[in-house]
Amino acid sequence: MALLEINHLVKQYDASPILNDISFSVEKGEVIVIVGPSGCGKSTLLRCMNGLEQIQGGEILLGGERISNRTKDMYLVRQRIGMVFQSYDLFPHMNVLDNILLGPRKAQKRDKKEAVKEAEELLQRVGLYDKIRSYPRQLSGGQKQRVAIVRALCMNPEIMLFDEVTAALDPEMVREVLDVMIDLAKQGKTMIIVTHEMQFARAVADRIIFIDSGNIVEQGKPDDFFTNPQTARARQFLNVFQFDKIK
Amino acid sequence: MVSSALSDAVAGAFRVLFLGRNFVRLLEGLLVTIRIAAVSVALSLVSGVFFGMLMTVKNKPLHVMCKIYLEFMRIMPQLVLLFLAYFGLTRTFGFHISGETSVLLVFTLWGTAEMGDLVRGALESIPQHQYESGRALGLTERQIFFFIVIPQTVRRLVPLSMNLITRMIKTTSLAVFVGVVEVVKVGQQIIEASRLTVPTASIAIYAVIFFMYFLVCWPLSMAAGYIEKRQKAQEA
Repeated sequence: MALLEINHLVKQYDASPILNDISFSVEKGEVIVIVGPSGCGKSTLLRCMNGLEQIQGGEILLGGERISNRTKDMYLVRQRIGMVFQSYDLFPHMNVLDNILLGPRKAQKRDKKEAVKEAEELLQRVGLYDKIRSYPRQLSGGQKQRVAIVRALCMNPEIMLFDEVTAALDPEMVREVLDVMIDLAKQGKTMIIVTHEMQFARAVADRIIFIDSGNIVEQGKPDDFFTNPQTARARQFLNVFQFDKIK
Repeated sequence: MVSSALSDAVAGAFRVLFLGRNFVRLLEGLLVTIRIAAVSVALSLVSGVFFGMLMTVKNKPLHVMCKIYLEFMRIMPQLVLLFLAYFGLTRTFGFHISGETSVLLVFTLWGTAEMGDLVRGALESIPQHQYESGRALGLTERQIFFFIVIPQTVRRLVPLSMNLITRMIKTTSLAVFVGVVEVVKVGQQIIEASRLTVPTASIAIYAVIFFMYFLVCWPLSMAAGYIEKRQKAQEA
């Protein structure tokens, strides 16, 4: 059984369609990278999976359980799904450790000692253990994003969603964040990643899903998709990242 | 010669403070000022938080009502409100409230409006993605409000409300006009009573009153500055 299943998902803002009839499923341990032009609906799709957007049609199943358009106990579902956003969204009034502990302690009501131990281990893994008492404003963009990833991971989610997490970073800081994600992929974490970093997508993905104007246009293995795209739209999209020599 | 005459006059003026119970009476007046300010500030802070939260509720009629209340309280001079409460209520409805009660009433209504607007501004300044990050962590809306929104709102609110509090303390001097014997009124009484013995008393009395207000408000300003600085240092 697929860990996450999306069937005929439809999302509209007012009357304008954002996502039309999206269906795909994610197996445990799979890394899916969603690519597509800006405004194609890929971020919205990710937000739908976490219940941050209501959907107008179809359904989303997590572990066989329908999670779409729940209202009352959506927070319980979100405890099983980790999400990292593009904006640096740490809580500015808390230090790194408190940022990470908020979810495990307050949402999951876990034991403090055990949660602190896990937070420390995760920080060590992303190379930020020495920043444990720092406040978000004392960190660089890349460091903040790594803390945000640790904060989501510390909930032990069944699946991680990454919404263009490097899009707002300086080029030099992109790498340190992508390395953390590659490390997670190696450990077999189930992930859905929205990104514009094509080389990273090719390296990390088990499957690429290409979305345009709210539809899945093409999906497949990364090597196939990047070297031999089947649709004209995908070819056109990938061309954007190619430059011909002019001299 | 002229300057020494002047300094003699000033020194003579300050003599008035040590006549009878004059200085003690000024202190008693200051206590009345502080009492009025403390009660109305305390009530305003509490009800202002609720008023501010009310203003962020997305409901058109409610929004309009809150806005009218806020603007009315802001546009009307506090003195006019005070006369409305003290004289107006008696004339129109026939029931009389004491000067101090009408001051407390007006200041609380005014303070609620001003504090509410500060709370509204602070609440609205919390970016949407702070709420979404909380949701993504599986927190309930109540937990998000409690652990994420309120602490950040309070931080923004502390320096602003200190400012409002000092403004309210200073404005309590209007209570003179409805016969409340607070520090300014006591000062005036002393000046009147000393007209023949110490004709220059007014300079000394008002100087003392100035320092009294200063001593009450200055620590608040300092505290506001200190808190603001500390927060910046903590987060910077």
